[in-house]
Amino acid sequence: MSDATHSGFPKRRFKVSRRMLPYVLSLPALLVCIGILIPFVTAVLYSLQRYRLSQPWARKWNWGENYWNFLSDDSFWNTLKVSMTYAFTTVGIELLLGLGIALLLQKRTKFNNFVSIMLLMPLMTAPALAALMWKLMTNPGFGILSYFAGLLGFEDFNWASDPQTAMLTVVIVDVWVYTPFIMILLLAGLRSLPQQPFEAAALDGVPRWFVFYRITLPMLTPFLLTAVLFRMIESIQQFDIIYAMTQGGPGDALTVFQVEAYLNFFQSTNVGRSAALMMILWAITYFLSNIFIKNWLRLRERQRGEA
Amino acid sequence: MNTISPFETVLRGIAITLVILFFMFPIFWIVLMSFQTNATILQVPPSIFFEPTLQNYRGLITGQLVTDTSSLEIRFMSNLFNSLFLSTASVAVGLMLGVPAAYAFARLKFRGSEDIAFTLLSFRFAPPLLVLLPLTIYFQQLGLANTYGGLIWVYQLIVLPLILWIVRGYFEDIPADIEYAYRIAGHRWWTTFRKIALPLAGPGIAAAALLAFIFAWNNFVFALVLASADKQPVTVGALAFITASGVQYGQIAAGIILSIAPTFALALYAQRYLVEGLSLGAVKG
Repeated sequence: MSDATHSGFPKRRFKVSRRMLPYVLSLPALLVCIGILIPFVTAVLYSLQRYRLSQPWARKWNWGENYWNFLSDDSFWNTLKVSMTYAFTTVGIELLLGLGIALLLQKRTKFNNFVSIMLLMPLMTAPALAALMWKLMTNPGFGILSYFAGLLGFEDFNWASDPQTAMLTVVIVDVWVYTPFIMILLLAGLRSLPQQPFEAAALDGVPRWFVFYRITLPMLTPFLLTAVLFRMIESIQQFDIIYAMTQGGPGDALTVFQVEAYLNFFQSTNVGRSAALMMILWAITYFLSNIFIKNWLRLRERQRGEA
Repeated sequence: MNTISPFETVLRGIAITLVILFFMFPIFWIVLMSFQTNATILQVPPSIFFEPTLQNYRGLITGQLVTDTSSLEIRFMSNLFNSLFLSTASVAVGLMLGVPAAYAFARLKFRGSEDIAFTLLSFRFAPPLLVLLPLTIYFQQLGLANTYGGLIWVYQLIVLPLILWIVRGYFEDIPADIEYAYRIAGHRWWTTFRKIALPLAGPGIAAAALLAFIFAWNNFVFALVLASADKQPVTVGALAFITASGVQYGQIAAGIILSIAPTFALALYAQRYLVEGLSLGAVKG
């Protein structure tokens, strides 16, 4: 990469403006983001306070108490458990399904390209609206899926309104929306792999399962990792689908981090606990996103080097 | 070479059919519902044969929700307008702020540029409510609560990192020598940026703008927390609509279809930009 100190550059005339230029160019974007950093700092401070909107007079510093209380707080452990279950199930299913579909559509035929474009539609649907669509389909009165469940012998299958099956229902919606993301990324990855190893293996008559495990999968790993980490970061923060579907209910069946923080803030007006919850979620996503960004930068570098 | 057995062809056919069924059926079904009256929707067993009606769409567009017993005003069209306005304005602001910054990060490496770019990207991954909840309190104090301006500002959280990182990748791909040659010919920096760098990065800017628009359109939580009814986009409006209209299922379905149609149309129109945008520029489409 050549940079600004290129030899043929007419230096003297632009000296002052050139030094300031990058700052001038990026300053507006930075200012906008600094405006967003302030609430972040505020959230840190809130998380260290006893702060309820209903009792503003009782607001005071209690330092780590909000966090300390989590240790003996069943509903916190429930939040952690529900969030983890949601994230691991959705990403796990989406990965397997996305990889399977990508392999099915790998050949560049007109039909395959058409199908892959069609499959993007769920991904273009707002998650909150997707949840509403599935809500209409799982309505106990007229929902087509409730009808199908009845045909299969599950009378009174209540989908999201039954604590037993609420998780299943939102996981299906998440899988419906986000599998195409993994599929499209892996499909692009598969199609960008160099062909020589596959041709050589075919000439030598290597069995296809062996080619898959020993050539395809290892070469696809950077893409798999990128897709999984990215989805993991998003899935553990899922709010739209769950809130639009059940608002965290029934009971506390689906109170994942962001839903719980939202309810804490707006219903029980416990700002301190809400902020502390968000800080813990932020720590998890920060950890994941650091790995993701490094992995993704490496992948991008490699892909662009080859292109 | 690989010969595919007839048995495998059949298996593949079945698998593809199941995949298409699972991913397309919900959209198909909601479209059907949107053309039905409540009476046919509530029929058991459900049937795909019915006399289609446009009354749901008519009701939404005229803003009069007519039920058997009463008539209710709905502001669904204003939700649709809010979505359009918020998304377009956010992307416009995001491009004005983000493209020059992306150029600075790509071309004019300066002290701390990597750290700043990294921090901006990590905004993309922070939990939105972490920032939103304190922001509700600030917005009230600043008078920004429930204003388009405030919402467009917060939407930059989604739009800006996306534009910055996708466009930056494109600027990095353009050989700097073209710009230097143009500069040596006596053109000013601004002219060079406008005449050389911007057009060459055009596809990247288009991809970023497209994706940013879709993400802004599909956003739910920002407006849920910061907007009241008159500024809400369709994502939030549809949820409120369900509670308000109660049992007008056909109209709800029609509302959902109207709300997702714009992003579908955009995606189909500009599909070649989607893959690259979705992978944040990691994979060339």
